[in-house]
Amino acid sequence: MLHTRQSPNSSRIRFRLLADRSAKIMFGAAALFGIVIMGILLVRITSEGLSWLSLDFLTGRFSTTPERAGIMGAVLGTFWLLAVVVPVTMLVGIGSAVYLELYSKNGKIRTFIQTNIGNLAGVPSIVFGILGLTVFVRALGFGSVVLAGGLTLSLLILPIVIVSAQEALRSVPHQLGDASYALGASKWQTIQSVILPVALPSILTGAILALSRAIGETAPLVVLGIPALLIPFPGGILDRFTVLPMQIYYWTLDAALVADYAHLAAAASIVLLISLFLLNGSAIYLRNKYTIKA
Amino acid sequence: MTTLTNYRPATRLRVVAQTEAPAAIFTTEGLNVWYGDTHALKNIDLTIYENEVTAIIGPSGCGKSTYLKTLNRMVETDPAVRIDGTAKFKETDLLHATVERLRSEVGMVFQKPNPFPKSIYDNVAYGPKLHGIRKKAMLDDIVESSLKKAALWDEVKDRLSSSAFGLSGGQQQRLCIARSLAIEPSVLLMDEPTSALDPVSTNKVEELIGELKKDVSIVIVTHNMQQAARISDRTAFFLHGEVVEYGQTEAIFERPSSHLTDDYVNGRFG
Repeated sequence: MLHTRQSPNSSRIRFRLLADRSAKIMFGAAALFGIVIMGILLVRITSEGLSWLSLDFLTGRFSTTPERAGIMGAVLGTFWLLAVVVPVTMLVGIGSAVYLELYSKNGKIRTFIQTNIGNLAGVPSIVFGILGLTVFVRALGFGSVVLAGGLTLSLLILPIVIVSAQEALRSVPHQLGDASYALGASKWQTIQSVILPVALPSILTGAILALSRAIGETAPLVVLGIPALLIPFPGGILDRFTVLPMQIYYWTLDAALVADYAHLAAAASIVLLISLFLLNGSAIYLRNKYTIKA
Repeated sequence: MTTLTNYRPATRLRVVAQTEAPAAIFTTEGLNVWYGDTHALKNIDLTIYENEVTAIIGPSGCGKSTYLKTLNRMVETDPAVRIDGTAKFKETDLLHATVERLRSEVGMVFQKPNPFPKSIYDNVAYGPKLHGIRKKAMLDDIVESSLKKAALWDEVKDRLSSSAFGLSGGQQQRLCIARSLAIEPSVLLMDEPTSALDPVSTNKVEELIGELKKDVSIVIVTHNMQQAARISDRTAFFLHGEVVEYGQTEAIFERPSSHLTDDYVNGRFG
């Protein structure tokens, strides 16, 4: 019986197996696409920039002579920028997430704030640049300094920080909070000694990923009027500054005038990429090492 | 801790009262609880006595856990909950008391062991620290005596600083009991404390309950009728949000006055 039935079906089976194999190949190709593009990018910038990468390049000042140009000013600029962005996003970001997840009742205000955060996350970064220019650079009169840039980038990444911190808080098992409340702990005692410590690794992971986005941003800084010119090293948050992506942007623009600028741009890209990889790596490390399984 | 001590009525002089009828620790009258539109508890009149083990039995959804959680107002962690009627803890109107203060007198042990992701020591010291005890020597004493009361000290005394998650389920549950005892509550509410444990651990917890009732009153919700019969002095049988029968455990199991109780304790439903 089975043998007589097999012949009409066997061609269908062959077709199904073929479809199965080609599906695997298709999906594999899709997954490979990203890696291939990444590979091309890496090969291109390393072949152009690696030989220009040196200690002098890392510690040197900006110069119009390609052989003498360095990126120390931009690195310091990024450092001071983070000195503004990190505290602002951590305080405001974790604060909003704690309020939304642990204090606000499920009501209209909560929905309203939540929807707005969702909308803000979708606003293009250049629009944040215009906001920063209007409010921080002009209305508050900071000028194109670290503080203005840092606050603008903080606004840009805050929605991401808030949403990821909310998810981190939500994933803390409610039994832990209950145990604390049942011992007579107040809400704040429970939050600070049970909920936040458990959620912190995930909160930090999300925040670091958001920070790496802030470090790589260019568009809002262009709008704020951040230069990549011969400026002194920034020594504080009220100084004028530039950052690596801006430096790369101007070098790439001017590569038409001075051919060697292309190499400088590639070398600076390598530095930027390495720092982003390090940041993302530390986020993954934090997540794996400190996440508490309850 | 001085505020807690002041708050507690003079219960330490209870030697005299032993021949008389036991004093009431919880009194609820006309207690109603709703979850949204669900009427979970209907006009509960119940008096729970000091230094006894009171078991609350009944099928799933009968309101027994809700009743237990009303006694320390943990029901209120669900924002949809509405309570009316009166409920007294000793002489205090517990529905209008400060929950932080009420819960430092009325401890709770949950169904699933829920130690904090901290060391064994820090789990037990958490409560006393919350209530303002900072001195290391004092905390050391409290941790040791609480772990001894929970019959866990000998098993963990050499690894107090290691994570509570390294303990077995039964040990974790006894750690949670020690954690509750560390703030010297006068009542311990237990919500099916052995339902997640193996028989050996269950046995240990039951023995422990027998020991503890010398110092604290215990109200225990249980699914396990043999457990209620073994460990409790009094039993309340809940069904559909109402108390069907309440009395001496022996009477409930051997001469129940309601046929519903009879059917339930003899396994004919539930």
